[in-house]
Order: sequence, then structure tokens, then C-alpha cells
Amino acid sequence: MSIGIIQVAVTLLIALLLIKPVGSYLVNVFSYEKTRLDRVFGPVERLFYRIMGVHEEQSMDSKQYVTAVLFSNFVMMILIYAVLRLQKHLPFNPDGIDNMPSALAFNTAASFITNTNWQAYSGESGLSYLSQMLAITFPMFTSSATGFAVAIAFIRGISGNKNELGNFYVDLVRLITRVLLPLSFIAALFLVFQGVPQTLHGAVTATTLEGANQVITRGPVASLESIKHLGTNGGGYFGTNAAHPFENPTPLTNLLHILFMLLLPTSLIYAFGVMIKNKRQGWSVFAAMSVIFLIMLGTVLFQEYKGTPALHAMGIHGNMEGKEVRFGFFESALFTAVTTAATTGSVNNMHDSLTPLGGFVPLAEMMLNNVFGGKGVGLLNGLLYVILSVFICGLMVGRTPEFLGRKIEAKEMKLASIALLIHPILILVPTALAFLRPESMASILNPGSHGISEVLYAFTSGAANNGSAFAGLTANKNFYNISIGLVMLFGRYISIIAMLAIAGSLATKSRVAASVGTFRTDTPLFTVILLMMILIIGALTFFPALALGPIAEHLGM
Amino acid sequence: MKSLYTAIRASILFMIVCGLLYPLLTTEVAQILFPFQAQGSLVEDNGKVKGSVLLAQAFTSPKLFHPRASAAEYDPTASAATNAAVASPDYIKSMKETVDAIKKENPSLQNKIPADLVTTSGSGFDPDLSPEAAKAQVPRIAKATGLSEQLLLSLIDKHTKGRQLGIFGEPRVNVFELNRDLLAQSK
Repeated sequence: MSIGIIQVAVTLLIALLLIKPVGSYLVNVFSYEKTRLDRVFGPVERLFYRIMGVHEEQSMDSKQYVTAVLFSNFVMMILIYAVLRLQKHLPFNPDGIDNMPSALAFNTAASFITNTNWQAYSGESGLSYLSQMLAITFPMFTSSATGFAVAIAFIRGISGNKNELGNFYVDLVRLITRVLLPLSFIAALFLVFQGVPQTLHGAVTATTLEGANQVITRGPVASLESIKHLGTNGGGYFGTNAAHPFENPTPLTNLLHILFMLLLPTSLIYAFGVMIKNKRQGWSVFAAMSVIFLIMLGTVLFQEYKGTPALHAMGIHGNMEGKEVRFGFFESALFTAVTTAATTGSVNNMHDSLTPLGGFVPLAEMMLNNVFGGKGVGLLNGLLYVILSVFICGLMVGRTPEFLGRKIEAKEMKLASIALLIHPILILVPTALAFLRPESMASILNPGSHGISEVLYAFTSGAANNGSAFAGLTANKNFYNISIGLVMLFGRYISIIAMLAIAGSLATKSRVAASVGTFRTDTPLFTVILLMMILIIGALTFFPALALGPIAEHLGM
Repeated sequence: MKSLYTAIRASILFMIVCGLLYPLLTTEVAQILFPFQAQGSLVEDNGKVKGSVLLAQAFTSPKLFHPRASAAEYDPTASAATNAAVASPDYIKSMKETVDAIKKENPSLQNKIPADLVTTSGSGFDPDLSPEAAKAQVPRIAKATGLSEQLLLSLIDKHTKGRQLGIFGEPRVNVFELNRDLLAQSK
């Protein structure tokens, strides 16, 4: 027990210590000012700009920025789809994998361009090595970079005084060349050192110690694994994701995966504080998110360590179903809490086999969708709740709400409401629809309230762009492939469009000087208000659904 | 129109850089630095691949240590977990049967069943057992092979790995390596 607490505490402490240096580095990357690093990265970046036909110093307004995001992502999605549909005829296919069917290829392309990494296929049997590289590893870079770019553009909007959000392509290039590529490369080599394969040779047939045959599948795994966690992507090379010993062979690779997931989302909050020239504001948002994270983490740790009463009576302590010996209860539970907080979606243990309240945790974190949150979008969702909080507090005292010296008015509130409401709509409506269709109900593995959780989890995971699953659900059906595919796309782009529109609108407003009557948003009081707002709105929206799923299951156990 | 053209050029550029150059460069360097791991940690005897240290194999003989149960039947071309709902009556029933079978095999186990011994792994290839789960199999193997329990216990101790850096992970025994050693002993 105590060593488990130490494992968790040490991991989180390292993550905490990395926030400031990495956050400062992120500010540097996105400041567009000349730095010493330009000498290293400048030549390559200028070459990239020339190839793309982008003028480095040309800034975009919110409309142009959104257009660039949508166009580039659309083109990339088509490229991914094409690779998946044609993989049989393309090179790097030593195991002779067939083309992917259309509905599954749509689902997969939507999944990876939106940084969700929901997987209705299984990598070892469904993808060629080329697809793992071109259709999976490639969007892992661009989709996470897109999310961060949008978050940075939003921050520029609310902190600047013109509708100039920066240049999307420049942001994309700088994040990829200065952060994602170098870190992924180094981490990949460490992963190989620990045992993750990185090869272009096809599967090998082994004669086991008992004389049977075992076909060992492998491939360029390490280069996918490192960006998978750094970019909070989460899509596994193999079906069982980071539980698979080839993806996560040792406790140290597990540690690296967890630290990588937390690295950029948490640092971005610090960078936000620096960019708006109010670090306290960054920390006050960070504190609210941390409190929720720690409550969730504590819950899943305790539940998995305790196990279920029925098993306890048989003399079995804790819940090891779907977990791996090398990680044990604590590092499995920590992984679960982190992967859904940082909206990564990789798993090192099977969420479908968590205890009922243990499974409640990842579900609830994805529903709130703003506990750190991955690839920049998490910070945006957090700021959405900040705007909502100042609005509601403003109503209570009868003052026009302000945030960072700018009045929050009807237009911003309408856009914020859209961004806020789209999330529950995308979760609850398709879930209800699935329950109305007997053929979709047939996909459920575990009947009863656990089955409700399986379907609810799938759409929550899609809407939150998380990608983890209660994997008992047979999701590779046309209905789920198409509906979850659409949920992922809407979940991603509607809130991006709304948030950038808010940024554009706030950017042109004149600043209101702070006075004694100004409601301050960088105090512990505001942290508490923000926390309450997130929990109350989350509970009002999702409690009925959660009550039918994990809560009912827990009470009936 | 110009912005669409830029989007196309950017997409193709990143596809080549991140999707081709990066993984191929990583492969080259990894193959030079860590050729054994990069190929999948394969163990060979007389030029024949016997398996990967990292992947569990199906061991069914009573003379060998058995790895954790696998929903994939130890077939790496289709990794899988049970995804069983652990609070469901079906699961509890099947666990009762497993526990009873284990107790029959080793009557000394009564109120403390090693959890990993009776549950199915997440990956389908968990290469490890907890030392307790390995020790629980000792009476059966001793009976089947005629080797002393003491020797078997010392083999387990020899192959037990501690926590990494003294903190991370759980103590564990690699079943493949343990069985290889065991087979060498029985010869």
C-alpha cells in the first residue's frame, strides 16, 4: 500500500517540477521573437515555409485561422483515408494486410485527425506498417499540434489588442520542429532500450518452449508510442494498447508514458499565465483542475486496491482483472486517471474490467473534459468554464462580467453556450439512439447497467476526443463507426470554431481598467467558484446517465 | 483557393516528415543502438526463434510454470482482454471455479489467493507472475517433475526482478525465462 502511494507521489512530483521549465519553453516557441534556438531550427523551418508557400510574418484573424485549421485538417483526413483504403497495394506491408473497409476507414481517419484515437480496428491485424506510419503516426503529430495552435491563438486573442491570432502554419511548424519531433525521437530510443520493438521486418514465427507455434507481430512501434503520449493521442500500435508488453514493457516506460501525457497539457496552463502576464491566473485555473484530478485519482486507486466484496470473500485482494503484473494496482489506476484527464485515451489496463466506481472515474473525467485536458483543447474548455463562472458571478452582483479586463457580453456568452452544450448533446443523444436500436444493443458484451456504461463510454470518449474504451463493446459496426466518427468530428471542430470566434470578438474590445468593484479571477476564492461551477454543471448534465450506469452497478454489487 | 492550396502542400509535407522520415530515421538509429530490443527481444536456440522474452506463451504442461490467463490464447496476431465486468454474477461464478481449481492443486492456499494467478491479463501476453503466484504453482510442478520444492523456490528467487529504481513497478518473475531455466534443470 505505502509503496504504491510513493510511486504515485513521486510520479506526480516529477510532473509538477517539469511544468515551469517546459511552460517557459512553450512561451518561447510561440512568442515569434528571435531566440538562440532560431539558429538550430530556423533553416529547416524556413525551408518548410517555402515548400508550403507560407509567409512567416503574415498574421491571421480569427476567421482566417479557423479556415486554415479546417482546410488543412480536411486535406489530411482525406490523405489518411486514402492510405487506409489502399494499404494492400502500398509498400511496407510485410504481413500482407488487406485494405480497410470504408466505414471503418472513415471512423479511423476521423478518429486520428481529431486526436481522439478511438480504435475500432486492431493494429496487429488491421494495419500495414505504412499505415501505422502514414495514417497513424503522422496525424498524431499534426492533430496534437493543431490543438495546441488553437489554444495559443485563443490566448493571443484574449491577451492582445487586435484580431491577430498569429499564423496557424507557423504555429504548427514551430511546435512540431521545436517540441514534438525532437522529444519523440529521444523518447522513442529510450523505449527501444527498454524493449519496445522498432523494425520494418515482418512478423516472426517462434517455436515455443512447448513446441507450439507463436506468430510474433511487431513493427515500427517505438516511434508511434512516444508521440502517442507526448501528443496525448492514445491510439495503440496493438489492440490492447499500452497494456501490451511491446508498447509498455517496463515500469519505467510506464512512467515515461504518464509523464509525457501530463507534460504539455499542464505546461500549457503555465504558459497561458505567462502569456497573459498574470501567472496567478494560470495557477488558479491549474489549482481547480488539480483538485478534481486528485479526487478522481484517489477514487480509482482506492476502488482498484480494494477490489469487489465478492472476490474479497474468496481470498482475492484487489482487482487484477485486465491489469498487468509489472504495473500492479497503483500504476494502473494512476494511468487510468491520467489518460482520461489528459484526454489521451491509451490504456495500460482494461477500463471495462475496472470496478464500477473505478470505471466511473475515467467516464466522469471525460464528461467534465477539462481536467488538464489534452492538446490545448482542455485548457480551452477550462477557460470556457472560467467565462461561465465570471458570467454567473456577474449576474449575482449585478455587474457586467469581465475577464482579463474585457467585458463578456451576449455574443461571447452565446458562443460559449454553444461550445458548452455541444458536448453533452453529442454524448447523450447518440447514446439514447443506440439504445433504441436492437442491432446496436447486440454489440454490448456485459448486460445490465454495465452495458449502459459501455455505450455511454463510447460516445463520451468520442465527444471528448479521448479514445479510450470500455472495449467489450463490439464497435466495428457501421452504426458505431459512422456515429462515433461524426461525434468525434463535431466534438472537435464546433468547439474550436466557437472558441476562436470568442477570441476574435474579445480581441477587438477595449480594455476596462480594473477597479475595486472588479471581480478578480486570480484568487483562491475564484478557484473554489470555478471548481463548484465545473462540478455542478457536470453533475446536472450527466448525473442521470451515470446513475443508470456505474452508480447503479456499484450499488447492486 | 490559395488557402486550400497551402493546406494541401502543408499536409503532404507533414505526412512525409512526420509519417515517413521520422519513423524511418528512428528505425535506423534504434537498429544500430539496440538491435536485440528493436527486433522484439527474440530468444534463439540453435538459430531457431523460441519466443520473445516480453510475450507470454501458452504453457499447459503440469511440469512448467503457467503464465496468467490470456483472452487472446497467447496469439500475438489478435491481442485481447476479457473485458469482463468484475461485479457481474457471471464473473464471480467463473472466478469461484478458478479459485477452487487452484486450491485443489495447492491445498496450502486458503485465504490468500494471489490476484494475478486467477485473473486474466490486460494485454493477453503478461510475461510476468508475482513471486507469490509463481510459488503457488510449486507443489504441482514438484509432483509432476520430481524436482524438489526447494530447488523450484530457489529458481523463482533467482528470476525475481525487483522494482525499477527501487520504486517503480511490482516485484515479478518472467515466466519464459523461469521455464527455460526449469527445462534446463530437468534435463
